Amino acid sequence: MIIDHPLLGPRDAAEFVYLGDACLIDRPDPGDENAARLFHDYLHIRDNPAGEHRELWFHEHGDRSWLVVTRNTLTHEIVRVELARDVALARGRDR
Amino acid sequence: MRYSVLQILKEGLTGNRGWKPVWREPDPKQHYDIVIVGGGGHGMATAYYLASVHGLTDIAVLEKGWIGCGNVGRNTTIIRSNYLLPGNEPFYELSMKLWEGLEQDINYNAMVSQRGLINLFHTDPQRDAAVRRGNAMLLAGAGAVLLDREALRRKCPFLDFDNERFPIKGGLWQPRGGTVRHDAVVWGYARGADRRGVDVIQNCEVTGFDIRNGVCRGVETTRGAIGANKVAVCVAGSSGQVMGLAGLRLPIESHVLQACVTEGLKPAIPGVITFGAGHFYVSQSDKGGLVFGGDIDGYNTYAQRGNLPTVEDVCEGGMALMPMIGRARVLRMWGGVVDMSMDGSPFIDRTPVEGLFFSGGWCYGGFKAVPAGGYCLAHLMATGAPHRVAEAMRLDRFMTGAVIDEKGMGAQANLH
Amino acid sequence: MSGAFRLDGGAIERDRTLAFRFDGQRLTGHPGDTLASALLANGVRLVARSFKYHRPRGVFSAGSEEPNALVELRSGANREPNTRATVAELFDGLEATSQNYLGSLRHDLLAVNDLLAPFLSAGFYYKTFMWPRSFWERVYEPAIRASAGLGRLSGEADPDSYDKGFLHCDLLIVGAGPAGLAAALEAGRSGARIILADEDFLMGGRLNAESHEVSGRPGAAWAADAVRELASMDKVRLMPRTTVIGAYDHGVYGALERRTDHLAAARGKPRQILWRLYTKRAILCAGATERPIAFGGNDRPGIMLAGAVRTYANRFAVGTGRRIGVFTNNDDGWRTAGDLSAKGVPIAAVIDVRDVDPATAVADARIRMNSRVAGTWGRHGLRGITLATGERIELDCLAVAGGWNPNVHLTCHHGGKPVWRDAIASFVPGDRLPGGMSVAGAAAGGFTTAGALADGHRAAVAALGELGLAVATGEPPVASDEATEAAPFWHVRESRGRAWLDLQNDVTVKDVEQAHREGFRSVELLKRYTTLGMATDQGRTANVLALAIMAGLTGRTIQETGTTAFRAPYTPVPIAAFAGRSRGKDFRPTRLTPSHDWAEGRGAVFVDAGMWLRAQWFPQTGETHWRQSVDREVTGTRGSVGICDVTTLGKIDIQGRDAAEFLNRIYANGFAKLAVGKVRYGLMLREDGIAYDDGTTARLGEHHFVMTTTTANAVLVFRNMEFARQCLWPGLDVHLISVTEQWAQYAVAGPNSRRLLAKVVDPEHDISNEAFPFMACAEVSVCGGTPARLFRISFSGELAYEIAVAARYGEALMEALMAAGEEFDAVAYGTEALGVMRIEKGHAAGNELNGQTTARMLGLQRMVSKRKDCIGNVLSERPEMNRDDGMELVGFKPLSSGDELTAGAHLLALNAPADTASDEGWISSVAYSPTLETSIGLGFVRQGHTRIGETLRAWDALQRSDVRVEIVSPHFHDPDGKLLRA
Repeated sequence: MIIDHPLLGPRDAAEFVYLGDACLIDRPDPGDENAARLFHDYLHIRDNPAGEHRELWFHEHGDRSWLVVTRNTLTHEIVRVELARDVALARGRDR
Repeated sequence: MRYSVLQILKEGLTGNRGWKPVWREPDPKQHYDIVIVGGGGHGMATAYYLASVHGLTDIAVLEKGWIGCGNVGRNTTIIRSNYLLPGNEPFYELSMKLWEGLEQDINYNAMVSQRGLINLFHTDPQRDAAVRRGNAMLLAGAGAVLLDREALRRKCPFLDFDNERFPIKGGLWQPRGGTVRHDAVVWGYARGADRRGVDVIQNCEVTGFDIRNGVCRGVETTRGAIGANKVAVCVAGSSGQVMGLAGLRLPIESHVLQACVTEGLKPAIPGVITFGAGHFYVSQSDKGGLVFGGDIDGYNTYAQRGNLPTVEDVCEGGMALMPMIGRARVLRMWGGVVDMSMDGSPFIDRTPVEGLFFSGGWCYGGFKAVPAGGYCLAHLMATGAPHRVAEAMRLDRFMTGAVIDEKGMGAQANLH
Repeated sequence: MSGAFRLDGGAIERDRTLAFRFDGQRLTGHPGDTLASALLANGVRLVARSFKYHRPRGVFSAGSEEPNALVELRSGANREPNTRATVAELFDGLEATSQNYLGSLRHDLLAVNDLLAPFLSAGFYYKTFMWPRSFWERVYEPAIRASAGLGRLSGEADPDSYDKGFLHCDLLIVGAGPAGLAAALEAGRSGARIILADEDFLMGGRLNAESHEVSGRPGAAWAADAVRELASMDKVRLMPRTTVIGAYDHGVYGALERRTDHLAAARGKPRQILWRLYTKRAILCAGATERPIAFGGNDRPGIMLAGAVRTYANRFAVGTGRRIGVFTNNDDGWRTAGDLSAKGVPIAAVIDVRDVDPATAVADARIRMNSRVAGTWGRHGLRGITLATGERIELDCLAVAGGWNPNVHLTCHHGGKPVWRDAIASFVPGDRLPGGMSVAGAAAGGFTTAGALADGHRAAVAALGELGLAVATGEPPVASDEATEAAPFWHVRESRGRAWLDLQNDVTVKDVEQAHREGFRSVELLKRYTTLGMATDQGRTANVLALAIMAGLTGRTIQETGTTAFRAPYTPVPIAAFAGRSRGKDFRPTRLTPSHDWAEGRGAVFVDAGMWLRAQWFPQTGETHWRQSVDREVTGTRGSVGICDVTTLGKIDIQGRDAAEFLNRIYANGFAKLAVGKVRYGLMLREDGIAYDDGTTARLGEHHFVMTTTTANAVLVFRNMEFARQCLWPGLDVHLISVTEQWAQYAVAGPNSRRLLAKVVDPEHDISNEAFPFMACAEVSVCGGTPARLFRISFSGELAYEIAVAARYGEALMEALMAAGEEFDAVAYGTEALGVMRIEKGHAAGNELNGQTTARMLGLQRMVSKRKDCIGNVLSERPEMNRDDGMELVGFKPLSSGDELTAGAHLLALNAPADTASDEGWISSVAYSPTLETSIGLGFVRQGHTRIGETLRAWDALQRSDVRVEIVSPHFHDPDGKLLRA
């Protein structure tokens, strides 16, 4: 597979390490009264879609960017690649 | 029709014209006591044990394609009960015992071949872990032998003992481990279940569940609605998709596991050998092909195919371990979609929907578990209580913290 | 003499003769020959035995689809089993041996299987061999295994080397037949960067095998000119002997190039190269494979594909028989008769299943239209055929033309299915092709040369357009067209005897009928039950025939019946080629620390720690057992001072205004208030609450920290911290960089460590206990101005330091430390002594931090601060991880001081049975403690801390050990930590 890195251009997927669903960006609030349930779901429960999947890849053998790659799990077609930091900021994560 | 050498002689002398279908091809009835979704190893074994152990026969097994054409027909055929944790080991040992009596039980030769399985270790910490595991196996009655380097050299002189990057220190040997002719397992169970009255229904895809007030009352299929008092889903690889039809989300990701087979060769490798310093394991089929594989590709996918780097990684491990296989040619490589669970261990459990049962999350190890998986799911469905050896395989274990994490990799599906 | 069956013409170099041996027989051929063509030229017909019935077999095809003519090529460690004679290039000195028989090729004792064939029909083994149970492994299976399999591995390490390479191009063209050459010429002239790959050593495909003309000249000559023109283009890479094996994601193709297989010896060159081709577009011009017709006795040596018979005559100048017959269902078969006849080979008969007029006149041949071949005779080679009418015709070669199957293989690698086209009675590529791929020529179902040339050209123009490149010429080459009318015809119903489908695996029409009878009706079940298409040729000549027959039995169309999945590789690839150079010592990189050479010079024994090599111990003269060395190193360290290379620890530099806050969230324990100039031990949890790494982090400045991780987890910790930084808290001002390889680091431990360091650290730095107490850190200089970092931390439990310098000074610092330590009898110690001392001190390491243990189990629950958020905090509170009867880390001592503990032993109550239910825990790490003069261990036992003083069995039946142990505190040495602070 080839991942079109937003900063570096197309790179072989072998340079990357895969983590999983990009929902892992949305770490729950540990102060929430349902924190136990929220963290359980956050860490374990997956949509596991057959189709478009937003997922986290780490450019370990490259610039160490975490990327959010939107990839089809049926065809492996990649339709979008973003810096995970940008995605996280856009989703309201900050400090 | 009972299978025996006499039957073969009789048929052989009459042109093999008298053989009967191994299973019937009935049309689905409108209602069954039990509907099992998935005509693979686990589904078929569940039906067989429901019928043979619990006397329940008003059962349909629904398969969207042809039976045995999912992961049970796509694995590397290894059986073993060499697990570490008490949540796993007794279960896999039950499976091993069932394998050992399978052929006589179902009157079908699945070629259960206990030629032994060796897990190699290359460092002192790996050795310590192997000893801990071996003793856990002995406690469970599974049998285990610790081989030192010299013993290994005698058993497997073709391993690279001279130029190794990671010297082999020894191996943990389970003499009862081995391989089974995988396709025959599902055919044998299908035959056994069919003969007891179970309807095996092919080309019948489940498209929905009939759930009313939190109770599952049947399934929608491409061949019409089928009512049921109890429904079990045994579709590992597609668990997320099928259980999604029932509105359930799972601690499972779908990943592709690739495997390879070489051209046929005269006997070269005894039993099963697993490399401890890379991703590679190998056995040799009765036809002579070296059957080998390694790790999953590592990304979520439903495509039954992987990519080159994984195959290269596997072959690198193979060449590092036994460079005599270099000139054996890979004939075919294929990929199967597996349910990777969040702790690497499976589920055999009821679900929040009453009457709906689930078996899945088998990761890359579902084949060896087929007999016990079917046996324990049948037990749960027939008696209402989990079988003793499968008590830990619950869906809520991540909530309680009672995880069964053999590898100690944590809640990341692709690391197990 | 190069063979009695040589004809005129062909693409062989007649003036050079190559000597070779087959089964010891000395034969000759010419450059340009394959092993198969050379054997046929010499009249060798029996070359192999089939898989199951051990039937005599000869060459069947002229290409990589060969099911029969498999040999063991070369000898000794170079032996290659199952090599297709039809693609093995002849070289001088070639040695080939036939395979898969007991006795001799001519008199194979295992041919008894053939007599038993009625009892060995499809799947017979599933129905027997079940009694008695133990006989399967001991009797039946070994017998089956010995008779199955094909060739033999040498049993020796593959002596050749293999490379891997990476190439990029605009356009990959797979196959250099008429379509591929036309495409390449157009694309090449247009300036595209192209790769043209062909599995053959001679480019041109069927142009070399046929007698057609292209642009008014013989096809082979036109092809040679086209290849010459392409070779002159800068941006064109011609890759003969290169098989494109698979289509992978995003335009990546795998290809295997055979570099020295056609030479007598590799002479240090790589035998093969596995290429990864990165392409923007690809055109598949892989041609088509001919299929046979099933009829009684259709497996004898001498029965061949009609196109192959033409190939041998036209390209290799070999007549495959003295009297040749043709059995066909299409006009293409008649070309075999025509071409052979033109070469002077007598044609005995042409049998056509169609009720039409003969396509051409063939001199002296019996022409039988609307006829079928029903049987054959000839034990080790064909001697004649019997028609359905009973007419007998003597001949020694029968060319069978059943139509052509497009080579759709690569079009299906992304899950696409081929579709059936009635007009040509073949499967053609479906519409779900791998991205960027198009198909041209015979591979797309266009079976004429003219059509292939035009189609290749068209595909190239289309690809150039998609690539945004201008088209250069726009005109395709032209060829005389030829007829391709074909009637679907699969099986002669009037067959006498078995009619083979899969020649290699011995699957016959009867087997398919039986599979149908028993319910194995889908192609997938048919394949699995009968082994159809599972041989080394993957059923390339068999599958379509078999599924057409199954379609007929089930009343379904061929389209409905479908094909089995096509899987890479297109043709088999050696395992060694996939591995490349990554074998032996080069399997994985080896990481060496800066003072590795120093340690080697001291005779150190090294141990693998991940990719690193670390000194395990330093044997001294007179020490005959490793324990003597390790005991000395421990005693020397605890008694005076020892030095250990700890460079392999992961080191991460952390800077930024929010660095402290960031660490506070990464570590379970607090870091926000760590003072500048101080170090703190830290415990990291995974988000699931399990402990996964520990280490120390030093605060060098207000906004500057340096962290150490365990050697094993260095990469993982860094990855997780980057995840937290970029994905969880992107607003924090913090930056990370791995500096593991930038710093060499040494532990200096023991009561004399301060005195030793005082000689090395420059005097302006006060390292007295008061100025530089336990857990202090500072940036200092050593040896007269070399910058260094000094940490007062201890893993051994002694007064101890770790000192770090830039990696390039590592070896010099080690020497300086040892020199300064001479007066204290300083010892260098390795990982083994390190391990002994950490066990004596009760520190958890990899065997305890194994990814399955909680802080609570490790006795570190107080380190998980509940006053702040950190990774893993919430889920560490799950109830099953906090049971009162949970496992807890404790120490163990044998009750009898001479007993030795073993790691991996399980703990049982004294009178408990040895079973899973009685299992109370395990011993994770053991050592002989020279300090305590006894074997000691760490391990986990239920409610351990409440059971100090209790006796258990350490049960290690695996190693035949069963020792009584006392549960003790894990802190064997200096439990109060007085020494650390001294």
